[in-house]
Amino acid sequence: MIVQALAFYMFATVAIAAGVMVISARNPVHSVFFLIAAFFNAAGLFVLLGAEFLAMILVIVYVGAVAVLFLFVVMMLDINFVELRQGFLQYLPIGGLIGVILLVELLFIFASWTVAPDAGAVAAAPMSALGEISNTRMFGRLLYTKYIYYFQAAGLVLLVAMIGAIVLTLRTRKGVRRQKVPDQLRRTRAESVEIKKVETGKGI
Amino acid sequence: MLSWDFLALQPALPEVFLALSTMVLLMLGVFRGDGHTRIISWFAVLVLGLTLLLVLDDLGGTKRAFGDIFIVDAFAQFMKVLVLIGSSFAVVMSLGYIEREKIARFEYPILFLFATLGMMMMISANDLISLYLGLELQSLSLYVIAAFRRDSTRSTEAGLKYFVLGALSSGMLLYGASMVYGFAGTTGFDRLAAVLDAGAVPVGLIVGLVFVIAGLAFKVAAVPFHMWTPDVYEGAPTPVTAFFAVAPKVAAMALFVRVMIDPFGALIGQWQQIIVFISIASMVLAAFAAINQTNIKRLMAYSSIGHVGYMLIGLAAGTQEGISGLIIYLTIYVFMTVGTFACILCMRSHGRMLEGIDDLAGLGKTNPPMAAVLTAFMFSLTGIPPVAGFFGKFFIFRAAINAEMYTLAVIGVLSSVVAAFYYMRIVKIMYFDEPAERFDRPIGREMTLILVGTGLFIVFFFPFIAPLLEGADAAASSLFVG
Repeated sequence: MIVQALAFYMFATVAIAAGVMVISARNPVHSVFFLIAAFFNAAGLFVLLGAEFLAMILVIVYVGAVAVLFLFVVMMLDINFVELRQGFLQYLPIGGLIGVILLVELLFIFASWTVAPDAGAVAAAPMSALGEISNTRMFGRLLYTKYIYYFQAAGLVLLVAMIGAIVLTLRTRKGVRRQKVPDQLRRTRAESVEIKKVETGKGI
Repeated sequence: MLSWDFLALQPALPEVFLALSTMVLLMLGVFRGDGHTRIISWFAVLVLGLTLLLVLDDLGGTKRAFGDIFIVDAFAQFMKVLVLIGSSFAVVMSLGYIEREKIARFEYPILFLFATLGMMMMISANDLISLYLGLELQSLSLYVIAAFRRDSTRSTEAGLKYFVLGALSSGMLLYGASMVYGFAGTTGFDRLAAVLDAGAVPVGLIVGLVFVIAGLAFKVAAVPFHMWTPDVYEGAPTPVTAFFAVAPKVAAMALFVRVMIDPFGALIGQWQQIIVFISIASMVLAAFAAINQTNIKRLMAYSSIGHVGYMLIGLAAGTQEGISGLIIYLTIYVFMTVGTFACILCMRSHGRMLEGIDDLAGLGKTNPPMAAVLTAFMFSLTGIPPVAGFFGKFFIFRAAINAEMYTLAVIGVLSSVVAAFYYMRIVKIMYFDEPAERFDRPIGREMTLILVGTGLFIVFFFPFIAPLLEGADAAASSLFVG
């Protein structure tokens, strides 16, 4: 138990610290690295909760794909972050004020946290107790049966995203040499090879 | 073990059909290329028509599918019909435009179909998660369509602006939804209603509700979440703007009504004041901000913000009569907006699109039929009897008065007087100013048909009142039965 608590506090502290560093680091590349650190710690928290599938997905998708993509974008874009920060002090008072008001509101809400009295009765019951079957299998069972509508709808959203990216960025440029397999196969010896007789000592 | 009820797909048949045929058309486009855009567009209209027939299929009362996350009732059917009509008009109006402007790519009608599918999913959403997924499918398609003319700075700017602000509003909606879930323990509308009917409501849930309202108000473009509207309407290609002003508005408004009445109906004391504020702000700001506009698309953007304000009066009343008035208003709004945008699409001189209000000068002399139709639409947008717009406002205000919201009704009437100024200014420019450039003719067979059709509906509205009222009442009552 104590090991678990220690692990929780470690993951949680590092995740928050990394989150703070993401927005305060001077070098944007460092920001992305801190973001990756935050993802890893969040994955650790998921493992503690017994959601190992989510933890692995988080590492694979967010660290493996999204964060690396960010890294490429940040490296390729030539953004002057010092210039971007110029207005920071100017907007700090009003931004800080709004932030403080929101924070106080949130504190009030969470201080008076009560779950609606009948909430327990309607909450969705878990499919089966944790530990009985692996949670990957449990996800599969839910996702492809009860939540098939969500699954398909999310698929459609991704399809639209793909179409959108192609519509907005794909350009057919002239003068680009592409491989045309049929043309390659149609070539005959007659049109591709020329035999010349080279006389001795002359060259072509 | 699992029950297999979730496979009862019959209520979702129109959506399934639309999704599958859209993908078939997508394949057709991919293999046949951009040369076939016109054929694919007509196929898209055909698909929308068939979906409409499937929607009209009488299911015999309220039906749910996929567990209880998808609902089909008379309200959903009515709204889906409106959305499908609006989308079909928009696709037909685009046909000539995209060919002339050389942006005729086959993805254009496909994205319209996907957006329509998203709207139908929004209308039928009976769970916060299905609400969000439908909303995202719709929004994502719209962002892309807004930026469709990618070589134009204004179009890409419109798309980007819409995307950034839309993502922000989705974030607010999600944050609110997560708080609602945290306090009520469920995302399903039926179960939320059951929890909230039971009594004591935690304050966190109300904060969540406020965030959800903010997100939804952004989607219907109500003040103070309207800033994106004029820029996006102005920047997007004109038929796309027509689409934006019609179909997504209907879907978002339907969603707004369902979320407020169904799960949060018990909290009416909490959300009523917010809706009243949004409604008044939208009506007043739109009336005054539109006066200075010189671009007719921007003017229509402010006009649409104002109309949203009027519709929200019906929601603020919170009664069955109010919702019924909102539905009638929405129906009339769809037809007059489509008609007005058809006129704007005909504003073309020497093959160039014109968007200035001054370009309409002297239209009464150079093109009397079009001037007459546009005048009818302007009268309708203002709400002058006997054209259709008047009846929309009439039913809305009557509902507000019956719900004893006198201040709201009075402010509504006053702001529509202010709004009359800029609508009537267009009529004045058309008939009393010196003629400017002549518009290109002919305008095309489809456009003539749309203009004549919507114009007749708006001017000779009397015979439609009774059936429309009956349909709207049936739709509104299906929401209140629960």
